[in-house]
Amino acid sequence: MESLSQLLLFLVVFTDFAVLGSSRLSACIRAVALQGLLLGLLPPVLFGSVSLHVLALAVGTVLVKAVVLPAFLRWAIREASVRREVDPLVGYLPSLLLGVIALAASFAVANVLPVRAGYSDLLIPAALVTVVIGLIVLITRAKALTQVVGYLMLENGIYLFGLTQLQRVPFLVEVGVLLDVFVGVFIMGIVVFHINREFDSISAANLTRLHE
Amino acid sequence: MILSALGSLGALVVAAPVIPGVATKTRALLTGRRGPPLWQPYADLRKLMRKGATYSTTTTWAFRLAPLAVVATTLLASAIVPLDGRRGLVSFTGDAVAFAYLLGLGRFLLVLGALDTGSSFEGMGTSREVSFASLVEPGLFVALVALGVATERLSLTGMFGMELWQRWPVVAPSVILLAVSLFVLMLAECARVPVDDPSTHLELTMIHEVMVLDHSGPDLAFILYANALKMAVFAALILDLIVPRAALGAWGSAAVLVGALIASGIAVGIVESSMARLRMPKVPLFIAGGTALGLFGLILLLQ
Repeated sequence: MESLSQLLLFLVVFTDFAVLGSSRLSACIRAVALQGLLLGLLPPVLFGSVSLHVLALAVGTVLVKAVVLPAFLRWAIREASVRREVDPLVGYLPSLLLGVIALAASFAVANVLPVRAGYSDLLIPAALVTVVIGLIVLITRAKALTQVVGYLMLENGIYLFGLTQLQRVPFLVEVGVLLDVFVGVFIMGIVVFHINREFDSISAANLTRLHE
Repeated sequence: MILSALGSLGALVVAAPVIPGVATKTRALLTGRRGPPLWQPYADLRKLMRKGATYSTTTTWAFRLAPLAVVATTLLASAIVPLDGRRGLVSFTGDAVAFAYLLGLGRFLLVLGALDTGSSFEGMGTSREVSFASLVEPGLFVALVALGVATERLSLTGMFGMELWQRWPVVAPSVILLAVSLFVLMLAECARVPVDDPSTHLELTMIHEVMVLDHSGPDLAFILYANALKMAVFAALILDLIVPRAALGAWGSAAVLVGALIASGIAVGIVESSMARLRMPKVPLFIAGGTALGLFGLILLLQ
């Protein structure tokens, strides 16, 4: 179980880097969907026991993060007929470098944080690096859709962090967070769609020109 | 001990051309063609060895030295690698650096030979080759440093040999990452598909092929053989990382080595038939991705 959860967390970090390095929107979405699937598989593997709480969380996460949201993002690409390329403000190579620095930093920080992971010593570094890389994607990609992807990764990182405290957080809170993300991404998708209709592009820079 | 190292080196030297042969065959089978026979590289080498070499009047000794030098340095480098999974034929503290720069020296002399022809096209090819090689080298050193940290040794025999297997249960995740990283570096270093296409002869996209354009006959055979040998050395390094062979005898570990060469040929063939050559601006990203894997492994070890 220990090594399996280790492997899953590795793969989560790889999907982070896949988003940073890929130049295609659909590849980014696929990577984030895979990440959602991995996050869904993590709780049963981490805790080794399948209680109703853990199972519901796993199923809900997979459903929302690996099926519904990616499908919705793909719908947004298709409907808004977005060009399929990511517009990076910072090149792929520098962002990969930033990612590696973030990785080193999160391992360094995880060692001194007064939080005990309890389940796997990779959990907290993976959570931190996913948050930071989510932020990097949010900041350095011009398209609104990639920003949604960054936001999703950010949330995935927070979810990973939440796994350290799972036994103490009530089920309703988890479901509430999941619903929050769902609604958030949904609204963003609609906004993206409208920006595109208004300006024929989904560059977030155009948001400053929006008027009533 | 020496005998087993010699036996493995012999197996490597003889079986090296198997890798390109298997890779071509795999690619052909996966794309629904029959492909040339597995021993085609041997036949090519034999054919080239029987031909005469043509030298341009503008070339000097540097051009004639290059093919021999590249074979010699690659052979020396492979003598340092613990090919039988226990120890290298030659081993001293810090030989990991010697290994990296023996490969570097071979490339440098090849570049000199290419520049010696005075052809502007070869100049362009060398500039491409060198600019990608300068990205591969840090990646290789990241992997070597990570293994040095894992085993607390500075020689390849320590890094890839017995010491690694005593610590394997602790360092396994990062060692597997390093093996993948080394595979990426092998594709870049040996001019295989996502970086360079060995079967292309289109001037715009050639990298490694450009440099060896003026070599003919036995010289070209040496260069092709050195490239196959380099792939075999990398395959042996990867094998040392993921398969323990200390319990096997000399014959057993040599047989496993040949098996690994065939397996790496298949892996290269699968990569070549499943993806296209990357656009040249994308190549640094590919190599950096491999290096990032190595860095990830290093960070895990330092934790």
